[in-house]
Parts: sequence; C-alpha cells; structure tokens
Amino acid sequence: MKMHHKLLTMIAAAALTAGMAAGAMAADTIKIGVAGAHSGDLASYGLPTVKAAELVVKDINAKGGINGAKLELLVEDDVCKPEVATNTATKLVSQGVNVVIGHICSGATKAALPIYRDAGIIVMSPSATDSSLTQSGDYPNFYRTIAPNDAQARTEVDFALNTLKVKTIAIIHDKGDYGKGFAEDAKKFIEQSGKAKVVLFEGITPGAVDYSAVVQKIKRSGAEAVIFGGYHPEASKIVTQMRKKRMTTIFLSDDGVKDDTFIKVAGKYAEGVYATGPADVSSNPLTKEYHDKYQQAYGSEPGAFFDNAIAASLALTNALAKAGSTDEAAIANVLHTEDVATPFGSIRFDSKGDAIGIGFVVYQVKDGQYVQIQ
Amino acid sequence: MDYFIELFFSGLTRGSIYALIALGYTMVYGIIGLINFAHGEIYMIGAFTALIVSTVLSIFGFPLPAIIILTLLASAIWAAAYGYTVEKIAYQPLRNAPRLSPLISAIGMSMFLQNYVLLAQTPDFLPFPALIPDFDFMEPYAATIGSSDLVILVTTAVVMLLLTWLIKFTRTGKAMRATAQDRKMAMLVGINVDNVISITFIIGSALAAIGGLLIAAHIGQINFYIGFIAGIKAFTAAVLGGIGSIPGAVLGSFILGLTEAFATGYVSSDYEDVFAFSLLVLILIFRPAGLLGKATIEKV
Repeated sequence: MKMHHKLLTMIAAAALTAGMAAGAMAADTIKIGVAGAHSGDLASYGLPTVKAAELVVKDINAKGGINGAKLELLVEDDVCKPEVATNTATKLVSQGVNVVIGHICSGATKAALPIYRDAGIIVMSPSATDSSLTQSGDYPNFYRTIAPNDAQARTEVDFALNTLKVKTIAIIHDKGDYGKGFAEDAKKFIEQSGKAKVVLFEGITPGAVDYSAVVQKIKRSGAEAVIFGGYHPEASKIVTQMRKKRMTTIFLSDDGVKDDTFIKVAGKYAEGVYATGPADVSSNPLTKEYHDKYQQAYGSEPGAFFDNAIAASLALTNALAKAGSTDEAAIANVLHTEDVATPFGSIRFDSKGDAIGIGFVVYQVKDGQYVQIQ
Repeated sequence: MDYFIELFFSGLTRGSIYALIALGYTMVYGIIGLINFAHGEIYMIGAFTALIVSTVLSIFGFPLPAIIILTLLASAIWAAAYGYTVEKIAYQPLRNAPRLSPLISAIGMSMFLQNYVLLAQTPDFLPFPALIPDFDFMEPYAATIGSSDLVILVTTAVVMLLLTWLIKFTRTGKAMRATAQDRKMAMLVGINVDNVISITFIIGSALAAIGGLLIAAHIGQINFYIGFIAGIKAFTAAVLGGIGSIPGAVLGSFILGLTEAFATGYVSSDYEDVFAFSLLVLILIFRPAGLLGKATIEKV
C-alpha cells in the first residue's frame, strides 16, 4: 500500500503544478537515507557525514520542513564493504527512502548504485572519488560533492597547456599509488589533448640520497615543464637539484606537494613552483556556520568529509524543495540547473553528476607562501 | 659525451655519499665481524645534532666557517658518544654469544634509535641549512657538478686516505689489525681488546656523523628515517666491495653509485635498484667475499 501511495504521489507531482504537488506531499514525511561506514576501522570517514546530515535536517525541520513535509533520516551502516553495501541499499529501498546521502567508500558505492538506480532513487556521495562512478555513464542517478580522482590531473594539465602553454613535458612520479595514478592520468590527458608531448615518463625511488641522474635526464629531454606526482620530500630534493644545476624548467606538482613543509624545506628553490590543491573553504560563511554548530553540539572539530557532506545535504534538500516532489527526474533537473549555496561556494552538477565548483585550483609559491592563482 | 660526464659525476656523488656511511660498516665488521645495523641511525643522529648545533650557532651570529667547524666537531663527538654507548649496552655483553644474537641486538638498537628521535624530535621533515656555500670558482661547472658534490667527493677521498694511514701506520691501527686477525691472541699479547673495539665504534660513528652533516647539507632535509635507506644502500656497497676492507667499501660504493646513475640515465630510473642489486648478485656469485674482500676460512 505504501508503494502504491508513493506512486500516486509521484504521478501527481509529475502531472500537476509544483504548488499543488507540494500540497500532496505535505501530509507525508520525506525520507533521506544516510549510508556509509559507521562502525569498523573506517568509521571515522563515515560518521561525520551522519552528523552533517543531522545538523542540516534539524535546521530544516525547525523551520517547518520542506513544503510542509518533515524530513526523516534513515541511517544504515555499510562498514565500507561492497558485499554489505548491497544489503544496506536493499534495506533503504525497502524502507522507502526518497534520496540517499552516501555511500562513503568508492567500492561500496559502486556495489550499491545499481540497486538505487533500478528503484529510481538519487544518490549523492560526499566522498567516493573513483573517476568511473560518474564518467562511465552507468549510474545517471549518482551525484557527488567531491572532486573525482582524475580531476587534479585534469586541472594541472589544463593549466600547463592552456595557461603556461608548454609544448614538451616530463612526467616524474614516486611509483606509489597516489603519485603514479596522478602521473598516469596527467599523461593520458596530455596525449588526448594533442597540444603537447610527453618527452619523459619515469618513476623514482622515494628516499634516495640524490636525484641528480634523473635531473640530468630531465635536462637532456628538453622538457619545458616537469609534472611530478608524489609527495613533498622527493619534490623538494628534485626541485633543489634542478635549480642548483641552473635549470629554470617549470615545476608543477600535486596536492602532496601543496604543503607548507615543502616551502620550508626547499626554501628559496621552492619559489615559482606550481601545485594543485583543493580550494580553501575555511573562510566561507556556510563552512563557519556549520563548524560552529558542530562545535556547539559535540564540542570538537568535525572529521573527514564533513564539508562535503554538508554540501550534499544542502544540495539534496534544496533540490527536494525546489522540485516540489520526490520524483527522480524533477530532483535531477534542479540539481543540474539550479545553483545552491554550500561550504564550497555555489555549486550545481554537470551532466555526469560531478559538482561544478568543487575541484582543484592551482597554487604557486610566491615569497615563501602558496598563493592561489586563476 | 656531455651527458655521459654529467651522469658520471652524479654517480660519483651518490657513490661518495654511500662510501661515507659504508666505511663505518666495514670497519666494525672488520674488527668484530658484526653487521652494525644501528650505524645508519648514528648517521641520522649526527645529522640531527648538526642541525641543532648549527641553528643555535647561527642564532648567536657566528660566521659560516666557524659554524661549519664547530658543528662538525660537535656532531662527530656526540655521534661518537652514541656509538660508544650503543656498543657498551647492546654488543659488549654479547661478545661471546652466538653470532645471531648481536645481529638481532643491532636491529633492535636501530629501531630504538629511530623511534627515540621520532618521539624526542619530530616525525616531520626538517629543512637543513645550506652549510656548504656555492663556490664562485665552481660556477662555470654548476650544470655538471655542484659545490656540495665536490666537497663530498673530496671529503670521502681524504677520509679514506686518513683511515688507511691510521690502520697501516699507527699503534692503534696495529692493535686493530691484531684484534681483527685473532681476538684471543691479541688479548694474550697485552692488547686491551675492549678499548680497541670502543675506538673502532668511536671512529666509525664520527665518520657517520660527518657523512650525516655533508649529506644533509647536500639534500637540504632530514627526518628520523633517513638513516634506514641510506644505511641499507651503504651496507650493500660495503658487501659489494668486500666487507671488512676499507678500500673495498669505497670501491663498492662508487660502483653502486655509478651503476645507479647510468641505469637511470640510459635505461630508466624505475629500474635503478634492479640494476644495482643484479650487479650485487653477480659479483657475489663470482667473488663471494666481495671485490676486495679476503676469502677467510672459518676458524674452528
């Protein structure tokens, strides 16, 4: 009976004007599922999202809910395991959730998505970064408020090709998951663009006492710029040895190098180095507002992905309110077309489900500090 | 050809860095047949001492040459004190134990010292001041070889010559050689073997501290973990050259450094370790005692 009633509501929402549909919803509650790791060793990734959803929902309910309907949270644990996540998703669907915030881990999200897709439920993750989740096109019901893994390499390559206009690039990485993944994405994007050539692609051994041989190799390759995938200890050794050999080659790197320790260690040789990193959101009023609320409620600083989860909760509730219904197409339409204010500034979603406005920006070391450019 | 020379010099730099650490390994092994795994940590402690002393001295406004000399002395003495203490605590009580026991004790010492510095100092990387200035006369060659590379090369050569002289031509050296040949017999002819071993640890640790200072100034950063990787590579070099032999340690270090540099330059830096260790395996197949090591018959 419950499902039948919901179906009626959805038909009504689609057929009638928004105002009348809101009336139809008023009698009901809107159920928001929150799925992720809430116990086990990855609980620290999932719990801040629950708290974020609770804070946002509490605010909205205090103001009378959405179009008269109260919000209800259904929290389910998937312990970040794909095999558990399918059960979690099935349970949430059978409880009749309208939208889902989650899941937290990419693997669990991937396992759960087909179940939501078949039930016509929109899912928004604050933390699943696997690039294929949006880019494969398999999950049109999936959105996220975090930049995908390859966004950083994309930002870096765009900057190198379009702003710096370099034609020959050497890519060096530290053979680790993070550095090598970044380097391979960067190589792929450069080759796809056809605007520049990758003249050198090499892995180095982290912790070595001296990198002068690989520095000589970079020099010999004639690269105008070096893109380095890895962390700051190796980056500072390489950039120092390059500059000591009087090479002026542009040096670009990733979030692992966008660290003040890099500047401290490389000193004057750090000047002019570019590094990508997430935009600083700490001065955004919404970020402050929710951090303060969290501080009042729990007496500590919020944990991982809290800002992303606030953004997801705000984006979803805003879409529910503006769509005036819980129909998937109506919510999706709002998500794609209307801007919503979040801790990351105002965002909306591209056709694949990635947030426009959440991503990486390029920084440059100027006078011993990372300064955002663009 | 230019490229070849550039790679040759970067191989020499790496080699002399390894050599400064490998000398300590090989000296200790030569005297008591112990692989002192804590040696890399003594090197790291030398670098930390140098950082602390040089920072304090530069706050008081000492001129650079004074800072370098005082820092060198302070870190050499401090590291020597550590080396001496480690030997007294961890190795001397096990002098007559089976050979495996002091080896395990050495690994324990290495972990202890790493974690001690991690807790007492910091887990982060720290910037190390550029104690070796860029010499003006080196400017035309800066693209090929840096000032710090030159200083490291020269220091390694000088240290090797001094050590060879010490061991060949002094009374202490004679006592060391006697202890190495036959500890019991050396005792019987009136050599204070414990003192000789302590002196060996003191010299080896002071050398490691000098290495720590120069290498940290060369790469510009230190943390508690630098001793481990550098120690492993230096140990490999010492084995390659014939552990126990001082010229062997230097030769092995240069061969290892040059192999890595040319493998990086002409093949790929992804494979530098593959080449380095393949070479080690090959040399040990054909010369099990290393290049300059003497194949000794196990005494019964």
